[in-house]
Amino acid sequence: MKKTAFLGALTVASIAASAAVAQDVSTVDQIKERGKLNCGVTTGLVGFAAPDANGTWNGFDVGVCRAVAAAVLGDANAVEFVPTTGKTRFTALASGEIDMLARNTTWTFSRDVDLKFEFVGVNYYDGQGFMVSKDLGASSAKELDGATVCIQTGTTTELNLADFFRANDMSYEPVPIETNAEAQQQYLAGACDVYTTDASGLAATRATFEDPAGHVLLPEIISKEPLGPLVRHGDNNWGDVVRWTLNALVSAEELGVTSANIGELGASAGDNPEINRLLGTEGNLGEMLGLDAEWAKRAIMAGGNYGELFAKNIGEDTPIALARGLNAQWTEGGLLYSPPFR
Amino acid sequence: MTSMTDPHQGQFRLSMLLYDSRYRSMTIQIVALIGFLILVFWLISNTAQNLAELGKEPSFGFMSEPAGYDINQRLLEYNSQDTHLRASLMGLLNTLLVAVMGCIAATIIGVIVGVLRLSPNWIVSRLAAVYVEMFRNVPVLLWIVFIMAVLIETLPAPSAFRKGEASMALWDSVAITNRGVYIPEPLFSNSLGNIHLLGQSSLRFDVSLDLLAIAAVFLAGILTSMLIKRRADAIQESTGDRPATWYWRLGVVVIPTVIVLTILGLHWGYPELKGFNFKGGTYMRNSLIALWLALSLYTGAFIAEIVRAGILAVSKGQSEAAGALGLRPNRTMSLVILPQALRVIIPPLISNYLNLTKNSSLAIAVGYMDITGTLGGITMNQTGRELETVLLLMAVYLAISLTISSVMNWYNESVKLKER
Ligand SMILES: N[C@@H](CCC(=O)N[C@@H](CS)C(=O)NCC(=O)O)C(=O)O
Repeated sequence: MKKTAFLGALTVASIAASAAVAQDVSTVDQIKERGKLNCGVTTGLVGFAAPDANGTWNGFDVGVCRAVAAAVLGDANAVEFVPTTGKTRFTALASGEIDMLARNTTWTFSRDVDLKFEFVGVNYYDGQGFMVSKDLGASSAKELDGATVCIQTGTTTELNLADFFRANDMSYEPVPIETNAEAQQQYLAGACDVYTTDASGLAATRATFEDPAGHVLLPEIISKEPLGPLVRHGDNNWGDVVRWTLNALVSAEELGVTSANIGELGASAGDNPEINRLLGTEGNLGEMLGLDAEWAKRAIMAGGNYGELFAKNIGEDTPIALARGLNAQWTEGGLLYSPPFR
Repeated sequence: MTSMTDPHQGQFRLSMLLYDSRYRSMTIQIVALIGFLILVFWLISNTAQNLAELGKEPSFGFMSEPAGYDINQRLLEYNSQDTHLRASLMGLLNTLLVAVMGCIAATIIGVIVGVLRLSPNWIVSRLAAVYVEMFRNVPVLLWIVFIMAVLIETLPAPSAFRKGEASMALWDSVAITNRGVYIPEPLFSNSLGNIHLLGQSSLRFDVSLDLLAIAAVFLAGILTSMLIKRRADAIQESTGDRPATWYWRLGVVVIPTVIVLTILGLHWGYPELKGFNFKGGTYMRNSLIALWLALSLYTGAFIAEIVRAGILAVSKGQSEAAGALGLRPNRTMSLVILPQALRVIIPPLISNYLNLTKNSSLAIAVGYMDITGTLGGITMNQTGRELETVLLLMAVYLAISLTISSVMNWYNESVKLKER
């Protein structure tokens, strides 16, 4: 009796062991089986990712998650948004708690190579800026010697800041903070003189202030922050799905495909072969990805093309009022340049 | 004796491992041990294999790479080009600082409140009880965050001092701001300088000769004072009269210390508003204050209960007997009750010191850069070495805890009932 029970326990243990080791089921299959995409986002940065009064997540990064869910699952709402801080995001992705991360995350060499992640592209070209209260009277970051600076820990911000002050031979007092909301609280209470993070994040944070006009962004941009979605190493096909969903949004804008005209354009093959291939009325790009022909059509319909997402969430007509700048299409003098769909 | 059968000898059958009560417990233990070892082996090999599959073989080489980040509160000199090891050392010192400050404050609070809870004055004892229940029954994390929020929101920012809306306290020597408190710092005009140890390594540090000199003189004073006490004890033993020695005992400590301080040219550096912040003085950041207060008040509530229990554990007859012998109440307390109460108090006190030290890892909630914030926070995040950093962190806390408990156990040995 005892012996058999023990042997039974042994077999269970060894099965568990082999199951835990061999995680060879593809991510797309796991998502389909689960019926939901687990997408890591911020803990709340209005315009990029924040829940509204009804608990529905909205924002520019959220739009990417929804587009991927629409492409893979056919439902832009089949997303489980997992709030992550600067510190927890990589652990969450590496451990498989989330399938992809879309959280204002800068593509850097060490994150790509050493942390074993795959950045699938850039959805916002940004740089690190400084915000100060107008009362402070500072007009340049070079005047910040001795200032107390609020920073989010676990970010590139922290490292850039150390380099910037060092290179300019200035001293500062870092106040490490976990989330944007806490940083905002400390900054507004005057516990720090300066808040520094990605310029887009500063604009988004400032838009939520009671008195946005009382705060200025200093002219210096001290780093390159290409922000983009990323996945884990190890499942290249899944990386391709996310990469080409993002490219589909960018290409759609370039090709003039919008959520308004996509129904018409996608109904049957038209005279622009690239639009036809993108929307699946010609060729078998979807099949090559392991999805159906209409994957990109659904992704674009989820929240519109790149330009629509931008305008709706962070563009000039929103309180955040970011100009397209570097994030304009390459045809408009910006850096957005999707590889061709063929 | 025929009713007792001799145990079978030499006829060992396998089934006896299970059915013979002489062997059964051994069998069960061995099976359990094997099971445990298999589990451990499985966990380790599974982790190693998964990490290898991810291409992240465990390695500690990252500790000697430059950290790249700055730390606000550093007890030794450090800059962002120093290694992760040195950044962790800064964090460790910060952990130890808040733990030591916390243990001292918690003990003081605990003893006072514990005694007050036994006060015959109803209001006083009720107030002490309210304090204990309030702090004991709310998670310490909430207290930390709450105190921090109060500090940030209610105290004036340095800009208020610039505009004249706030002013410094205690004859312009202390600045209380929402970023922290600046207090005067001791400076020496005839400083003896520092000795630099360990060259350029990550563990290098300076020893201040001034502090060394002061400590040496002070300790010598204390030792002399103890010798005087011993002599007074001896005289009391033999003659029954105790010579008055308190002025001698105080003098041998204070006078030489004052002389050394004067020779070194002690003066105070006062904080001054310069640019964005106060400069000069010793800066206690609000994160340190919030963490320290919250940990001490929280642990103090537990210690108060321990102290109360300890005092109650000394039977009433003891103090009555002391009273009958003519001892005054304060002597009864220090000579009769406390020595006996300490025996009950110390063991649970140790575990409260350990708890306080471990709870200090909640520091990150207010951005205090302890070892969890540096090694287990920024270093882990920037290098992606989760397994390694967490293992190191566990080893560090284990070492701190074992040190505390062995020191305290040693102290416990010295106060516990000596049965001869
Ligand atoms: N791009 C930087 C910084 C990212 C970051 O932390 N951004 C902030 C402000 S733009 C944020 O998203 N905060 C939201 C939160 O606290 O959850 C990085 O990848 O390290």
